[in-house]
Amino acid sequence: MSRALVIELLRATLPKQSLITDPKALKPYESDGLTAIRELPWLVALPENVPQVEAVVRVCRSHGVPLVVRGAGTGLSGGARPHKDGIVLGLSKLNKILAVDVDNCVAIVQPGVRNQAISDASAKYGLYYAPDPSSQIACSIGGNVAENSGGVHSLKYGLTVNNVVGLQVLTIDGNFLELGGKGLDSPGYDLLALLSGSEGMLGVVTEITVRLLPKPPEKRVLLAAFHEIGAAADVVGNIIGQGLIPAGLEMMDRLAIEAAEEYVHAGYPRDAAAILLCELDGVEAEVESNVAFVSQLLEEGGAYDIRVASDPEEQARFWLGRKAAFPAMGRISPDYYCMDGTIPRARLSEVLERIQQFSRHYGLRVANVFHAGDGNLHPLILYDANQPGELERTEEMGGKILELCVAVGGTVTGEHGVGVEKLDQMCAQFSAAELDQFHRLKEAFDPESLMNPGKAIPTLSRCSEIGGMHVHGGKLPFPHLERF
Amino acid sequence: MRTDTDQKDRLVEAVAEAYAERLSLQIVGSGSKVFLTEPTTSDTQARLLSLTEHRGVTEYVPEELVVTARSGTTLKELEQQLARAGQMLPFEPPRFAGAGTLGGAVASGLSGPGRPWYGALRDAVLGVEMINGRGEFLRFGGQVMKNVAGYDVSRLQAGAFGALGVLLSVSIKTLPKPAVESTCIFELKADAALEKLRAWARLPLPITATCHVDNQLSVRLSGSEASVSWGVEHIEGDSVNGEAFWSQLRNHEHGFFNKEGEGILWRLSVPPDTPLTDEPTMIEWSGALRWVYSEKVLTDWAREQGGYALPFNGDYRTQSLLWSNDKLHKRIKRAFDPAEILNPFADVVVDAN
Ligand SMILES: Cc1cc2nc3c(=O)[nH]c(=O)nc-3n(C[C@H](O)[C@H](O)[C@H](O)COP(=O)(O)OP(=O)(O)OC[C@H]3O[C@@H](n4cnc5c(N)ncnc54)[C@H](O)[C@@H]3O)c2cc1C
Repeated sequence: MSRALVIELLRATLPKQSLITDPKALKPYESDGLTAIRELPWLVALPENVPQVEAVVRVCRSHGVPLVVRGAGTGLSGGARPHKDGIVLGLSKLNKILAVDVDNCVAIVQPGVRNQAISDASAKYGLYYAPDPSSQIACSIGGNVAENSGGVHSLKYGLTVNNVVGLQVLTIDGNFLELGGKGLDSPGYDLLALLSGSEGMLGVVTEITVRLLPKPPEKRVLLAAFHEIGAAADVVGNIIGQGLIPAGLEMMDRLAIEAAEEYVHAGYPRDAAAILLCELDGVEAEVESNVAFVSQLLEEGGAYDIRVASDPEEQARFWLGRKAAFPAMGRISPDYYCMDGTIPRARLSEVLERIQQFSRHYGLRVANVFHAGDGNLHPLILYDANQPGELERTEEMGGKILELCVAVGGTVTGEHGVGVEKLDQMCAQFSAAELDQFHRLKEAFDPESLMNPGKAIPTLSRCSEIGGMHVHGGKLPFPHLERF
Repeated sequence: MRTDTDQKDRLVEAVAEAYAERLSLQIVGSGSKVFLTEPTTSDTQARLLSLTEHRGVTEYVPEELVVTARSGTTLKELEQQLARAGQMLPFEPPRFAGAGTLGGAVASGLSGPGRPWYGALRDAVLGVEMINGRGEFLRFGGQVMKNVAGYDVSRLQAGAFGALGVLLSVSIKTLPKPAVESTCIFELKADAALEKLRAWARLPLPITATCHVDNQLSVRLSGSEASVSWGVEHIEGDSVNGEAFWSQLRNHEHGFFNKEGEGILWRLSVPPDTPLTDEPTMIEWSGALRWVYSEKVLTDWAREQGGYALPFNGDYRTQSLLWSNDKLHKRIKRAFDPAEILNPFADVVVDAN
């Protein structure tokens, strides 16, 4: 199949403004949020309605052309990185909120709708959509489903999978799956769960029904500063161990605090080794008593400065530094690499310590800003791609961090997905039989592997190759590589 | 109390052997749900694979809010252990006379009265160890709250009735038990009850269960002392002790489940604003779950409302899996179980190619 023929076919079905073929205009689509990994596609199709999406899928199927679905392109694992001989199917024009159904507390939306737009549209009814990735002003709900994204409030309110009740999915064979609906349960295999976090490998999500929740009446945000990062980490487990699940519980270390302060002047204590941000919500009396309880735990855990934000402005300021932490890094380092492992909370302080050791060993700075309550780490490795060898060292160190996460009983990715980025680490997390099972499952949906080929699940040969590469002096660095 | 044993090796071997011989396996837990899973004709040929001996909690650190247990562990035993640490299973599975096992609960995917607020069974599933139809031992997910490495095969097992694998152990998210629980009762007809529930659903009330039956609406509120008393005041109810009622409801021991001569009992999962019919009905989940006795087949009607109806009787498993009776679902089945030896049932004959 030639590029020219595919373009010709799509010209016949898509409006002119929905087809991008000029290399200059294709440039913005060459990567997602993981900008280190780029590829120019044959073309980008930006359909304006579902029948046009079908038309693009039909062309891919009939002519065996790889298809990469793209939402807003904020993904951090290269999930939406184009295929060099394929089509990027961008869904940004499918951006309508089809209904806010107040009686059933759901919203029905197209995949290109921005996460934040759903809560904005529901606000006048006192409702909102709970999962709130830090990228929520930009990322699409379709992308959220494909990555099973989480956010600051996922600790209490769950991830995307826990808040989506219905999906319409177009599979590569041209069939629409109607999964779930406005109700809560549906019979048969739970394909709704399976599609969540499937990284554009199994189907195109064309419509989403999300649950809306009533806004909590009151909230407070606490900011606690610690002289030692380990102490902050231990308090996290302690709060939750006491049976209290905050709406959000986030941590930032010194470097992250510094960068955020430089950038947005949130008023964080600059002398702290770590801060915790803790949001508590509920009815007034409950929030008050929880604030007192958490403050006590923080103090007992070694916090030397505890502040409580009651009014919305001050709360927003507390969160500002956290939400701006990623872009803030861009100002203190030419490049950064964001990791996403999750570990059991009890291992937090130990793993943070090990990361500092890696940092010294590789001579690369690391900032930590993450969903502490969920044990979902986001170490940001700061590097300069213009320095020869630095990117390679960064990637190696990143790999070490993820393998450490697996070794302590965690996972290589909590919310950003595998994409192209974590394929090698998947080899450490899963056995050959497990990877094979993933491939068989993929085949059930997409026998010719046209959807996002090569992503999310490594081939067995790739794993055995890197397995071979890792052997030093006849000893595997991870002798139990098959399964930690 | 029976002793905990790890039967993993025996079970893996049994499945591998059955695969080699192309012999069907009928997976059984305690047998508490046989009324949901009457063996079909083809099942009489099947070898039984019992999981009751594969039991025991293997890991439980309450502070992590996760418990891992072998699939033959009874819910009763599991919940007792959680209760000692002040925790609970968020999805309140029916216990069916106390004998139900964790594996059986996950395989049937049934969630209890708190489902809209605490989440469904599948929401709490964090990881599984299983054997696929080729006799391979596999682990998916894990013990952490957030995990998107690979497809979510763990949650896929919830409600799959063992058709995709033999569950060996499951890691489940636990929740701290609420400090206070209160029940308010209102004498109301069903339509008035639905109207109230609709209004309350838009408010941040600490409601964790609702049930309307016999012209009575029961509402459970749970949480801190402060929030429950605020909630009770807000819905203008008088609080009573409803523990026995909710437990009966959850375990399907409430009289409504055992009516004679009223026709088939249907379980309807529907949009909350689905209209009422004049058949005997019990309403849970603020309108989203309806139990209806009817002589009619309600399947199409429920689809028209945007929901699903299944007869809640000996045929439940087959009926549930029949929804998966298309080419894609058959291909998924074969991806896990190429020889179709796991919990086969006769009705599904579809050419997957
Ligand atoms: C500054 C910043 C902060 C972030 N913070 C968070 C955070 O807090 N939590 C978090 O979870 N993530 C976070 N992310 C990552 C990212 O925003 C999420 O993964 C988001 O869900 C991606 O959405 P998107 O629309 O940009 O998807 P894209 O990047 O366009 O695509 C992501 C993947 O989804 C697939 N896809 C997209 N749309 C569809 C569809 N309709 N059907 C099928 N497949 C589809 C693509 O093929 C790709 O594999 C952050 C990213 C940035 C840049």
